[in-house]
Amino acid sequence: MAYKYFPQTEEDIQQMLKVAGVQTLADLYAEVPAELKLNRDYNIPSEMSELEIRNHFQALGDKNKQLVCFAGGGAYDHYTPSVINYITQRSEFLTSYTPYQAEISQGTLQYIFEYQTLMADLTGMDISNASMYDGATATAEAMMMAVANAKKKNKVLVSAALNPAVIRVVETYAKYHGVDIQLIPTLNGATDKAALEAELQKGESAGVIIGQPNYYGIVEDLTGVADMCHAQKALFIVNAPASTLAALKTPGEWGADIAVGDAQSLGLPLSFGGPYLGYFCAKEALVRKMPGRIVGGTTDHDGKRTFVLTMQAREQHIRRQKATSNICSNQGIMTLMVTIYMSLMGPQGLKEVNEQSYAGAHYLYDELLKTGKFTPAYEGQTFFNEFVVKTTLDVDKLQEKLLQNGILGGLKPEALVNGQWSTADGQIMFAVTEQRSKAEIDKLVELIKEA
Amino acid sequence: MNNTFYGTLIFELSKKGRKGYSLPANEFKQYSIPAEISRQSPTLLPEADEQTVVRHYTNMSNNNFGVDTGFYPLGSCTMKYNPKINEESASHPAFRGLHPLAPACAVQGALEVYYNTQKILSELGGMSEFTLNPFAGAHGELTGLMIIRNYHIKRGDLKRTKIIIPDSAHGTNPASAAVCGLEVVEVKSTADGTVDVEDLKPLLGDDIAGMMMTNPNTLGIFETKIPEIAKLVHECGGLMYYDGANLNPLLGVCRPGDMGFDVMHINLHKTFSTPHGGGGPGAGPIGVRAGLEAYLPNPQVKKADDGTFYVHCDKDSLGSISAFFGNYAVVLRAYTFLLSAGKENFAKMGSMAVLNANYIKESLKDCYELPIQGLCKHEFVFNGLIDKSQHVTTLDVAKRLLDYGFHAPTIYFPLLFHEALMIEPTETESKDTIDAFIEVMKKIAKEAAEDPEMVKTAPHCTPITRVDDVKAVKEPKLTYKAYL
Amino acid sequence: MAKVIEGLFYAESHEYVKVEGDFGYVGITDYAQEQLGNVVYVDAPEVDDEVSQGEEFGAVESVKAASDLMSPVSGTVVEVNEALADSPELINEDAYANWIIKVQLSDKSELDNLMDAAAYTNLCAE
Repeated sequence: MAYKYFPQTEEDIQQMLKVAGVQTLADLYAEVPAELKLNRDYNIPSEMSELEIRNHFQALGDKNKQLVCFAGGGAYDHYTPSVINYITQRSEFLTSYTPYQAEISQGTLQYIFEYQTLMADLTGMDISNASMYDGATATAEAMMMAVANAKKKNKVLVSAALNPAVIRVVETYAKYHGVDIQLIPTLNGATDKAALEAELQKGESAGVIIGQPNYYGIVEDLTGVADMCHAQKALFIVNAPASTLAALKTPGEWGADIAVGDAQSLGLPLSFGGPYLGYFCAKEALVRKMPGRIVGGTTDHDGKRTFVLTMQAREQHIRRQKATSNICSNQGIMTLMVTIYMSLMGPQGLKEVNEQSYAGAHYLYDELLKTGKFTPAYEGQTFFNEFVVKTTLDVDKLQEKLLQNGILGGLKPEALVNGQWSTADGQIMFAVTEQRSKAEIDKLVELIKEA
Repeated sequence: MNNTFYGTLIFELSKKGRKGYSLPANEFKQYSIPAEISRQSPTLLPEADEQTVVRHYTNMSNNNFGVDTGFYPLGSCTMKYNPKINEESASHPAFRGLHPLAPACAVQGALEVYYNTQKILSELGGMSEFTLNPFAGAHGELTGLMIIRNYHIKRGDLKRTKIIIPDSAHGTNPASAAVCGLEVVEVKSTADGTVDVEDLKPLLGDDIAGMMMTNPNTLGIFETKIPEIAKLVHECGGLMYYDGANLNPLLGVCRPGDMGFDVMHINLHKTFSTPHGGGGPGAGPIGVRAGLEAYLPNPQVKKADDGTFYVHCDKDSLGSISAFFGNYAVVLRAYTFLLSAGKENFAKMGSMAVLNANYIKESLKDCYELPIQGLCKHEFVFNGLIDKSQHVTTLDVAKRLLDYGFHAPTIYFPLLFHEALMIEPTETESKDTIDAFIEVMKKIAKEAAEDPEMVKTAPHCTPITRVDDVKAVKEPKLTYKAYL
Repeated sequence: MAKVIEGLFYAESHEYVKVEGDFGYVGITDYAQEQLGNVVYVDAPEVDDEVSQGEEFGAVESVKAASDLMSPVSGTVVEVNEALADSPELINEDAYANWIIKVQLSDKSELDNLMDAAAYTNLCAE
């Protein structure tokens, strides 16, 4: 039986076998020891037609609930312009691979160059790599780079107000890479700067990682942190959700050496957690220590401005076991999505997205406080588009009620208590993006009032 | 693919006052971002209307070559056809908007896809369980090595800090080991390119955490001594890691689990047809044999007795290697392909790929130096042209191929041969396409003898001519600011 | 044919040391620069860093490869060839004139572990 992804006819196969010097397809495996051969059918489903596959996915899709999203925690429900899906489906982009052959890959190289420019600009840093898997792994890479840069120090300080999902990944990498991670406690939801300074002054730290806005949505005052780090020759690493970079004081403005984070908020669909994109930007002096691929401008033989993968020799695929990173790809098509998003939105669009997200979140916050069932979790702190409130309500029951009404209500925030992560009772964390209308927020508040 | 070079950058199309988006009016005007937390620096973000943006990226795409453009025999990368129905599944509206932290009861369909994919991969790999969390092959390798280290640490055996890797291995293997805190011990190849068992034996000791191998190896040769190798490594207390980059030729014939491997990764973007996307996103699921399941990274997706699916975090896990569930939309694509092919077509997939590779190898070995004779699997390596008198290199041959509308094979890898040209056709290429490629390769060999200068200065018909990569490193221009 | 100079000491990893009194000038051989092709970057240690025979002390990078530098001798780095920071291609022009580091030798008997010009010429010919 023919199959649509196998083009060879019976006649082709016979002719090719003859050239290959064997009688049958099985003979192509003559050298494989008999005891290793499966010699049975796979125990997996039988082939399905396209129609059956569509129906199957529809049936599976019906088991998912389509909810109005007030959850964040590192993944945000921003708007994806229609152009993005349309362009990224162009198979010249989608079905190509890493642009090894620059002469037939200028499309890929050019959009990566645009991406590097835009991301460096957004973070206020000098340079950007060609992107990484996600924000958490990009942060782990920054941690390893800090240690490699310091040569003789192997401790990295991490703010306990950084997203715990990111901290977990950083800790996993650190454990196996032989890096000592020390968490810096929080004070009213933000990094305790006095504790940070005391720890830094021991002179053992290669780097400091702080989230901005942090996990609780708080915009931290990072004044003086860069100087504290640099006095001890530690790299200052800021992890920021990419969309907010257009509105908030940038990692560059705070004096960071490295800016990392997730760029999902720049127009990438939630897609149950991935694929997203991790960005990695740094000061120019660190370029040769930066993980991942980099595209640079050059000229071709005729003098035309062109682009090419560059500084590859610093990469793992040549340095092999001296590597401090094993990244050998980038997030490709997600990089294109983010680049198109920024091109369409421009400075004004990103400003509006951030203003609306900020304003919607603050409106919800005020409305929740007005119900009398909520109080601020972190009095006096400035938050952006995500916040934590304390409540007298049973959070599990509240989430359940909202779910029944088609709303993905807030998340239960995690916090570090006596060295253990746990979700605190009586706290809930909401995120608002430009996609949430006043009507949706009002409905959420009404449902909560009934609870 | 269009041979007219486009080359404009979005910044050069920007004009103040243009707009490429639309948003609803702000309904909460009473709130605005305080100045003291606001960004002060100006930005380079372009201002462009929608059509300008669409044309810009469309024109750019015309300077790109993909699998849909033509034959892409990039060795070790398995550039097979990317079915379009995969894309339909990946952007299915019932999956696209799901938040990764939504409660399990609201994402049962998503978890079912995930679970089913784990199960099918387990059967194809001969493993007990799979995780789909790793984002790419290299990430899978790192995760797999963490599992191996975690296994030894949990047994209280802390001295196993070395990993054995063949000298022909993918460059990523030693890099992943270094990131995982393992010291690399290299084992040599024999003249036929397979692991030298006699060289391996003295390396085995109580400091060995395990061994990484790919089979067939990077030369496309099946490692027939794998049962003996696995036995030796197991006897010394180590685990066997299978680099799944070369899994494609085994489909329908044999399984890594049955060869004695304990941990393996699969590249969904190679073997299971998800698009390479210009470099990503891929996915590098990791499978383990029975007894190692708990060590898989968190979160883990499980099925309850009542048939529902849930998310589990195991205390024995190596930890988390991703914030959420990995590249989920890539899993949707791969699952679609798994269903489409089914057991009937997976049974034949490997042998169709191997047939194509052997056919090319035998057809070209009179023009190109074939260092290792005999049957290859999904790929094979030529060591440049047989006639080296004109000093036409592998790079020159690769560049000349571009003129004829083919992507180049992988070049200068593996490092065992100076002029390596590594060809992998995959099973989805027709005999007609392959014959055309063979003709062109023969023609280039002839050109190299008759007009070497022309080959050395190739390509001539691509949108741009050879790029100056030395200049790119010496005068780095890494953002558009370098041109301002 | 790569140039090999009489009177220098050579390591199997293709570094040389030119000894003057208690000091040694360390660089990569002409053969090594030929193999690497266009050198684009030299990652050198800092003054006062310690180096040991057979141990890595830096790296040279060309467009196609990055290669670790292994010190042929032990001692303390007293000078780094600053010219290479801006013009790494000097190594391609003359690998022997453009040493990478100057080392105060801590153990001159180590030189016995290295090759002379004749032995190194044979190594390159293999």
